[in-house]
Amino acid sequence: METFWFCVIALLWLGYLFLEGFDFGVGMLLPVLGRDEAERRVLINTIGPVWDGNEVWLLVAAGATFAAFPGWYASLFSSAYLPLTLFLLALIGRGVAFEYRGKVDSARWRRVWDAVIVAGSWVAALGVGLVLSTNVFGLPLDAAGDRVGSPFAAFTLESLLGALAIAGYALVHGAVFLSLKTEGEVRERARALALRTAPFALFPLVVLLLLVQLRFGSVWTYAAAIGVALAAFGAFARLALRREGQAFALMGVAVAGTVVALFGALYPNVLPSTLDPAFTLTVENTASSPYTLTVMTWVAAFGTPAVLIYQGWTYWVFRKRIGTRHIPSVHVP
Amino acid sequence: MDVLDLARWQFGITTVYHFLMVPLTIGLSLLVAGMQTAWVRTGDRKYLAMTKFWGKLLLINFAMGVVTGIVQEFQFGMTWSAYSRFVGDVFGAPLAMEGLVAFFVESTFLGLWIFGWDRLPRKAHLACAWAFSLATIASAYFILAANSWMQHPVGVDLVDGRPRLNSIWAVLTNSTVLAAFPHTIFGAFAVAAAFLVGIAAWHLWRRTADEPVWRSSVKLGTWVGVVAFAGLAVSGDLQSKLMFEQQPMKMAAAEALCHTEAPASFSVFAVGDVSRPDCESVKSVTVPALLSFLAHGDFSTEIKGVQDLVPLYQEKYGANYPVDERLGELSGQPIDYVPVLPVTYWGFRLMIGFGALAAGAGVLILWLTRGGRTPRGRWFRWLALGSIATPFLGNSFGWIFTEMGRQPFVVVPNPSGVDGVWMFTARAVSNSTPGEVLTSLVALTLVYGVLAGVEVFLIRRYVRGGVAGVLPDQGAGSGGTGPGGGAGSVAGPGAGAPVGKSDDDVLSFAY
Repeated sequence: METFWFCVIALLWLGYLFLEGFDFGVGMLLPVLGRDEAERRVLINTIGPVWDGNEVWLLVAAGATFAAFPGWYASLFSSAYLPLTLFLLALIGRGVAFEYRGKVDSARWRRVWDAVIVAGSWVAALGVGLVLSTNVFGLPLDAAGDRVGSPFAAFTLESLLGALAIAGYALVHGAVFLSLKTEGEVRERARALALRTAPFALFPLVVLLLLVQLRFGSVWTYAAAIGVALAAFGAFARLALRREGQAFALMGVAVAGTVVALFGALYPNVLPSTLDPAFTLTVENTASSPYTLTVMTWVAAFGTPAVLIYQGWTYWVFRKRIGTRHIPSVHVP
Repeated sequence: MDVLDLARWQFGITTVYHFLMVPLTIGLSLLVAGMQTAWVRTGDRKYLAMTKFWGKLLLINFAMGVVTGIVQEFQFGMTWSAYSRFVGDVFGAPLAMEGLVAFFVESTFLGLWIFGWDRLPRKAHLACAWAFSLATIASAYFILAANSWMQHPVGVDLVDGRPRLNSIWAVLTNSTVLAAFPHTIFGAFAVAAAFLVGIAAWHLWRRTADEPVWRSSVKLGTWVGVVAFAGLAVSGDLQSKLMFEQQPMKMAAAEALCHTEAPASFSVFAVGDVSRPDCESVKSVTVPALLSFLAHGDFSTEIKGVQDLVPLYQEKYGANYPVDERLGELSGQPIDYVPVLPVTYWGFRLMIGFGALAAGAGVLILWLTRGGRTPRGRWFRWLALGSIATPFLGNSFGWIFTEMGRQPFVVVPNPSGVDGVWMFTARAVSNSTPGEVLTSLVALTLVYGVLAGVEVFLIRRYVRGGVAGVLPDQGAGSGGTGPGGGAGSVAGPGAGAPVGKSDDDVLSFAY
């Protein structure tokens, strides 16, 4: 049961990284791919109907961790206090900016909110990567699960590598998504950018996976890591041939492999202690009672398929490519 | 300040701030769904205008509600990790359920509603509005179930010094949540009703175009408000009766009742300082025996006063904090079981008072605007605008009262529950450094301050813009630069079927 819930949480992370990964990427690329106001609105509207639903994956991942592994949730969140604060500020700014940037017709107003979207997307993507990789590499936890040492304990070289890895992935993922969802010049530019930057942007991810495998890896997590490399390469090749849908799906395979490689290397720990292996948090010593896990399993069994169905429907409703010709003029009071 | 104080300030600020947005979202989303239903059923353009106008204000507010809600969820782990470890087996479940069952629905269908005006068949689009608004209510239920468990822990055993869930059903049907949920939802409708009445009355006063829209809004708002305020009174009464049983100290503090009285009189108003040790010196306007009646339904029951409750609490939960370095300065110190009296006493009165003011203002406005009349004086404008603020204030004071009134506990002991299932707030905080908490407290408060300014600015702007601001006249088609849509507008067609629904028309833009 604990193992099952560990897998559920990995799955929620997968959903989150895959979905919000591309909307972070779109935000990060806003000034690069959107050369004028109409193009920037094209970019934002590719994720307009869905980014909020994507973000809920994070809330549910955090909530499920709280419910299923309270000790994990408590130690990780309190120990990574500063990175999470930055991450929250980024999410706040970003969420409000999408909603507010079009509400006043003024170039200055839009410039400010665009800057918030770009900064928020970068910081949030870096923050997710930092917290995720910190979680894999561990924190200086004492016997009570509390952090020993400075508030900057989460800022290690490994975690900074993790930050770059996820931000780089989001960048490429966002560009592939845009080449799938837009038309005209934006589409061409997004595709070109994805092809040009992918080797550099995905490099930190490769190094991160390699490092994790060298330290904690087992046969099947190595296999997953190799799968990531193959899928990423495949995505690159398909994109080069203008098969954007397949490239995007392969990016999904890559992120699935990443989650398997990271969480597989972590298991059966949930948060290693870098001070003493005896203090390491594991699925065993942090899990909720079997009764709570059973309740949660029932909720997830009914809730998850429903979520997948109606979120899938949303993507279906808004499946068409968007171009500048779809952008109506601004109308605000 | 130490970590405990900083953490409490941070939680207080983020909670009160979050709860300025949430009730408006809950109440307004259902009212907007109702307006859209009226439009779909009658085809009357007035209802479409109402849906678009109030829907736009809802969206401006919703964005803030979401982003401040994320902070709430993260705070349990970040600042209150000892609490999270202690109660995780119970408390996390309703939070996770909220996300999985309610919040996913809310955010997904809101996206469909905003962008789906021209994409979806009209009934499917309406269904999205209902899915969204009903999910906000489900959301509130799960969150209140979690909060109610802190106020009155049920459905658990104590295993290895920690509460362990034995019945999720007991948690979800906790008597406390059954009372708190209607009270909170009625509060949300009171906020939305006052918002409608105040803004619409202001438009009437300004003689803005689309007068039927504003008149209907005033009427709708007032009737919803009347029901909401009646519901608030009834559910509040139920809730306080429950509270006399479950948290006698909170209710004694709400009355600043120092000594046991039988029958106990209800204090309407106090002059002077209600804080200890001299609360007996307070001169207050009282109604004899009313408090006994409010607590138990008869006029003679004895109500225990604060000073007589203290020894009972000391006996059960200890006179001094345990010696524990995690408690900092409080380690080994006497436990103060009495909440801050001025806060509880005045919080309780301001909650009720602002609620009553809001109800009165709503009815007054309805009467003043009866039969097509509109008062011309400037005072009417201030009445309209002022009435908007009152239920917000009532809500905030209600939460301040209920949360601060349970101190020094974060998990309040259940008098008829399992021994040992309770927690002092001082024990609940994380082992963080004051610097960390202070950093996030300052950063969040600053950001919240700025965003509050932006939200007020935008709402003001869209309110002033009236119907024309969100529903431009349909001109040419929906081609590239036609005037049909609009950034910032869920602009759609007039009363007829969706226009411009060609293959090219991918979105009717919100952003």
